[in-house]
Amino acid sequence: MGAHASEPIIQVKDLSVTFSGCQALNGITLDIRRNERLAVIGPANSGKTTFLRCLNRLNDLKHDYRHTGNILLDGKDVYDSDVDVARLRRRIGMVYAVPGPLPWSIYDNLVYGPKLAGIRSRDRLDELVETSLKAAVLWDEVKDRLRMPAHNLSGGQQQRLCLARVLALEPDVMILDEPCSGLDPISTAKIEDALVELKSSHAIVLVTNNTKQAGRASDRTAFFLMGKLIEVDDTTRLFTNPTDQRTNDYLVGQFG
Amino acid sequence: MRRLSPAITQRVAVTFLWSLTLITIGVLLYIILYILAKGLPHISWEFLTKAPESMGRKGGIFPMIVGTFMVAGLAVAIAAPLGVATAVYLTEYTREGRLTFVIRFGADCLAGIPSIIYGLFGFVFFSIALGMGLSVLSGALTLALMVLPTIIRTAEEAIRAVPYTYRETSYGLGSTRWQMVTRVVLPSALPGICTGVVLSLGRSISETAAVMLTAGSALRLPQSLSDSSRTLALHFYILSREGLSMENAYATASVLIIIILALNALAYWLMNRFIRRAG
Repeated sequence: MGAHASEPIIQVKDLSVTFSGCQALNGITLDIRRNERLAVIGPANSGKTTFLRCLNRLNDLKHDYRHTGNILLDGKDVYDSDVDVARLRRRIGMVYAVPGPLPWSIYDNLVYGPKLAGIRSRDRLDELVETSLKAAVLWDEVKDRLRMPAHNLSGGQQQRLCLARVLALEPDVMILDEPCSGLDPISTAKIEDALVELKSSHAIVLVTNNTKQAGRASDRTAFFLMGKLIEVDDTTRLFTNPTDQRTNDYLVGQFG
Repeated sequence: MRRLSPAITQRVAVTFLWSLTLITIGVLLYIILYILAKGLPHISWEFLTKAPESMGRKGGIFPMIVGTFMVAGLAVAIAAPLGVATAVYLTEYTREGRLTFVIRFGADCLAGIPSIIYGLFGFVFFSIALGMGLSVLSGALTLALMVLPTIIRTAEEAIRAVPYTYRETSYGLGSTRWQMVTRVVLPSALPGICTGVVLSLGRSISETAAVMLTAGSALRLPQSLSDSSRTLALHFYILSREGLSMENAYATASVLIIIILALNALAYWLMNRFIRRAG
């Protein structure tokens, strides 16, 4: 596409969301730039996960979901009627809070998405498996046992497998919903390492409950509170010098 | 009153549960062994491969073995796809509402209807109204209706037991609903679905009342789906009821029991293999 790195790949415009009439997001306007890692922080129930699931339209699965406003991916509204939702979800790949390998082998987990995308060539699939496992810092641990059931992996390995599985889709944007919430510090470090490498080729949105992780692993940080975007700024600036008192309170641990 | 110590309560409970289990297994074993003891001595290669003579007093049961597999096999072949499709619709393609309530309630009611009523319905509808006569096809369709509720409900349970995260994951990786159902949900639910199908096959094989009125009781080998046919269970019923030959009745019952035990063993073996492979 040859677009400039700081140009937005996703533009969220005045997005409001309700579930059964309950307001979950309220007037969010936010750009996500190419090749940046955007952290989304905020206390529980602040709408972080809902926001993430709007981007790849996973909220569509909930029948009481209603939204207003727009989400533009490369200038095209993802909620337009002619959008292929399956293709959209491959362009915006998601990693969930709980590692969820499907009950298959490591290899089959990784090629499921590419096969859905229509890739049939054995060589191409093998290549995708290798590159995505390497990018997720898992290749060396599993390269000799790709046919092993994925459930036999440890929790940290499973989550890196889920990261690799999303990478195998070759997405433009990666959205991660508290990917390290259940992991030990070493697994967390490995995932954060992987994110640093990935930034050169993907926009990354990282929802996290861990403000330290946001500080380490992001370029910009958005602070959500009660469904509203309170402020968004360069991570270092937001952490050292937030403009809004509520951001400051959250960061110093006054609430949440 | 003094309370018993937990250790004694525990021992009493274990003894109690153990004896109940033993009684259950004991009754089952007694029935099976009794029938096999009376029937096995009369089973020979000729008995399995020859046609019956003089109403089953002599000769074998080959046409009944073939008829049983034709009627029961066809019944399950019809009911299984229909039942699984209904279960998929109920769980994956529609929201809980009046329609799902009606379908589920209807299935539960159908499950409680005595088989002779199914037989009567099949006789009136398939055999007479649709002109199928007493035939393998009429019997199979009747049995299919009879086992359909079991297949729907077991398949539904099995599909519901598939974790929601699998579905979310599949959508997240860009699958359509159909791809999610066929590639993720159904393979994971397969062991449970198979259990229901095997149970239904067993019920179809051992059914008498419904097949008597629809498939008939012809002694000859069925050549096509429009031929009448007698199943093993019905043959046993007629042999013992009309006092034709108790030896052959027990021998027939033994064959029936062995077939059902073998089917169940096969199903368990397949399921275990499948579960191990799926990890």
